[in-house]
Order: sequence, then structure tokens, then C-alpha cells
Amino acid sequence: MPRIAFIGAAGVRREIDAPVGITLMEAARQHGIDGIVARCGGACACATCHVYVAPAWMAKLGPAEDMEQGMLESAWEPRPNSRLSCQIQISKALDGLEVTVPERQA
Amino acid sequence: MTSTILIIGGGQAGAQAVDTLRREGFEGRLVMVADEPHLPYQRPPLSKQFLAGDMAAERLPFRHQPFYDQHRVELKLGRKAARIDAAGHRVTLADGEIIGYDRLLLCVGAKSRTLTCPGAELGGVHYLRNIADVGAIRGGLKEGARLVVIGGGYIGLETAATARKLGCAVTVLEMADRLMNRVVASSVSEYFAHEHRSHGIKIECNTRVVRLEGPRSVERVVCADGSTHQADLLVVGVGAVPETGLAAEAGLACENGVTVDEHCRTSDAAIFAAGDCCNHPSLRYGMRVRLESVDNAFEQGKTAAINMLDRMAVHDRVPWFWSDQFDNKLLIVGLSQGFDQQVLRGDPATRSFSVCYLKGGELAALEAVNHSKDYMAARKLIAERARPDIDKLADPQIALKESV
Repeated sequence: MPRIAFIGAAGVRREIDAPVGITLMEAARQHGIDGIVARCGGACACATCHVYVAPAWMAKLGPAEDMEQGMLESAWEPRPNSRLSCQIQISKALDGLEVTVPERQA
Repeated sequence: MTSTILIIGGGQAGAQAVDTLRREGFEGRLVMVADEPHLPYQRPPLSKQFLAGDMAAERLPFRHQPFYDQHRVELKLGRKAARIDAAGHRVTLADGEIIGYDRLLLCVGAKSRTLTCPGAELGGVHYLRNIADVGAIRGGLKEGARLVVIGGGYIGLETAATARKLGCAVTVLEMADRLMNRVVASSVSEYFAHEHRSHGIKIECNTRVVRLEGPRSVERVVCADGSTHQADLLVVGVGAVPETGLAAEAGLACENGVTVDEHCRTSDAAIFAAGDCCNHPSLRYGMRVRLESVDNAFEQGKTAAINMLDRMAVHDRVPWFWSDQFDNKLLIVGLSQGFDQQVLRGDPATRSFSVCYLKGGELAALEAVNHSKDYMAARKLIAERARPDIDKLADPQIALKESV
């Protein structure tokens, strides 16, 4: 299983094994990663699973679609490397991915 | 010191309450009774990816078993609460077990409104509320099967879209003059009617079903105007009614749901209620509402949990909702009841537009079709009671947040 690192708002790093075929949000929720709220459950309707992706990984993830982009504009403190974790599908290629959880969600 | 908290209901509100209680440091006994045999799970995918077979069942639960073990949650799944003894602070389950409580949280949700016309009891007549319902429907959604959907609301239309993608011949019968008439503007209704028709779904509005016919299983749907529709199966989505039986029998105040205050307290000091089952004051809109909303259930589950620990949390939220139909996302924020002005932003022909509702000059609600930017901006503006400039509002080139 791809290994993915979540860095909490306070800087604490946690690594999890994420099964292929689910989303990054679901993997975070299964592992009880603090700060990933995901109120809508992955429908791209709430912007509460926002993460900052380590810049080196942005290109590998590909661009966010329009709906996600529109959500991110009003997420809490969006940055150029902001993504909604419910829109990122776990695949083998994401082994080693590193994301930071914002201090708050929208 | 609160030592036992009992939660009845394993939906969004109950799952969130469990999470919040342990997060807030509740160390006592925590028991959840839920009548379905599943870990608390998400319902929105039931009419969408899960019905389509695109989402495995193990992706539905909010949390998996280790979470409940780790947080010492006694799950009594597949068990039904039969009676609340409010004076004695205990609940009797249908199988006779008695569970005492210091605080009780009712998250019992709503149940599907059922058809009452002749033939309603025939086989092949389905409702869509839980995993078992999906199991019963899915087998019938074979390529070429004729599905008749009664009710052109969220559930009906999402089910119609999913069934069409699976190759079924789908007809939607709606009693009102347009789709989703209670929840969206006519321009949004028209847009979705067009979308469904362009995918080959037959949409019939102003159509009242009077009778279902068939020897054992439904074969024909007969309407008031004499028209008939052949059906291999039927899905009925004509709304939901709150589950108030337990609460009412226990003497709790109920009126279109279990009556609660802004702290999710019922008329009994030890009993709280959250989610679709309860009728609560909306502080933003100054009226009592009962909502069928994931976010509302989430938020009330959290609010109730904090207040059960004798801390003071207030439920003050602008509600939001969404629906996925084919490749369209409908996002709704706020309540439009009593609006005095409606403003269209953008052109439906571009497949991305919004409808704004104002009341007394304040933005009260917004419906966004494939337009998440407007939706997110509106969430903030509605909560702030912003008073947008109408000309700016009507100009889709001006960002919604710049309209104030």
C-alpha cells in the first residue's frame, strides 16, 4: 500500500498506509487524521478536507477540476498547493506523498 | 458527573456525536443502539455511486470497527429501541434488554413517506433510504429494465440518473408542475428536466399516480389522466417523515419532528435530539425548521454532544444541500422561504449558473448549478446577512463576493 505522510498544523508528522482505490480523504478519515473533517463525505460540496500538497507532488496529481478549484477559493487560507483530499484518488504512484493539514477547515 | 450516554440511531448525527463526545473528553460509558446491522454509514452515496455499483460497501461507514473499539463505544447494531422510560432514565430494546442512561440522544432520522394508492403493497415497489433498500433495487436495474420513479425530488432524480446510466428505460412521474418544486427555482427545474430528457429519461409533470397494477409484482402504473406506464420496478421518492414514535410515546414535545431548542435539548432535560428527526430553531432565519441535511445532522450531533456534557454550544448554521445528477452538481445554501426577490446569475445554456434569493435586501439563499465558486461565496455572505447590489449580483462577470 502506498505510504502517505500527513503533517498536522502543529508540525507533527504521521504516516499511514493508504489502500489503492479510495480517496486520500477516506484514507485520512479511516486513520483518524485530525483536521480532515469531510462533512459531505467526498462529494466536493464542502471544502472541509482541504490539504496543502508538498509542492514537488503537485504536478504528479494533475490539475484540480473547475468544481474543486471553485471550492478551494473559499477554503480556509488557500494556497497555490491547496487541494481537496476527497478529489485525490490513491494510486501506487502516490507512494511517498506528503500533505499538510491546515489549521482550520472552512 | 455524566456516566452513561446512550445514543439511539446510527446515522450522521449519531456518528458525529460519538466522535465529539470522546474528543471532548467524555470518559463514561458510551452506547449506541442502531436498528440497521451496519456500522454508522453515509447515506448520500446510496442513490448515486453505491446504487451504481461504483462504490464498495466498505467505503460507506464513517469509521471502521477499530475506531469504536479504541474509543470504547458499545455498538448494539441490528437492535431496535422499543420504549423510553423518561422518568426512570432507561430504554428498553425490542429484545428486552434494558439500558439505563444519564443522557439520551435521539438521532433516529426520518423514514420514507409511503404511497397509499391501491397496489402500493405490490412487490417491486421500492423506497430508497438504507443499504437494504439499495440491495433490493439494484438487482432490478438491469439493462433494458423499465423503471418508473414516482417523485421528481432529489432521491427520485438521482435514482433515475443512476438507473439510466445502467441502461434502464426510466420514466419519472411528478405530481407538481415541475421537478424539485419545493426546493429550487423554476429555471433550475427546467435545467434539470432538460438534462434528464437529453439522457433519454421520460419526465412527466402534473401527473398523479392513482393505482398500481400487477398480479403480485407491479407491472403498470395508472395515472389520474388515464395514462399508464409499464414498469418492471418502481422507486418511490415522495419525501420523508420524521421518526417521532419513540419520543412521542415518552411524552416529549413533538411537532413535525422532535421539538428541540438551539442547544438540541428536548422537553426532557436528560434527552437530546439531533439530525433529520428534530425540529429546531434556525437563528439565521428566525423560524423553526426540520432539515434533511447531512451538514445539519453533523452539526447538531456535535452540538448535542457538547451540551450533553453540560457545556454550552449553540446550533447556529446556514444549511446547505447538494445533489448529483449525471455530470451536474446542484449546490444549495440557505433557505429561500419567504424571499421577495430572485436574481439569475449567468446563463443556464452555459451549464453553469446560479439563482440568488433575497429577503429584505439580504442574501437569503442561493442555488448553484455547476458553480462551486458562487456557492462557497454565498455561504459566507448569507451567514453575514450581506446586502448585495442587485446589478452586480445579476452580472456573472462580477464575483459574487464583490457584489456587496
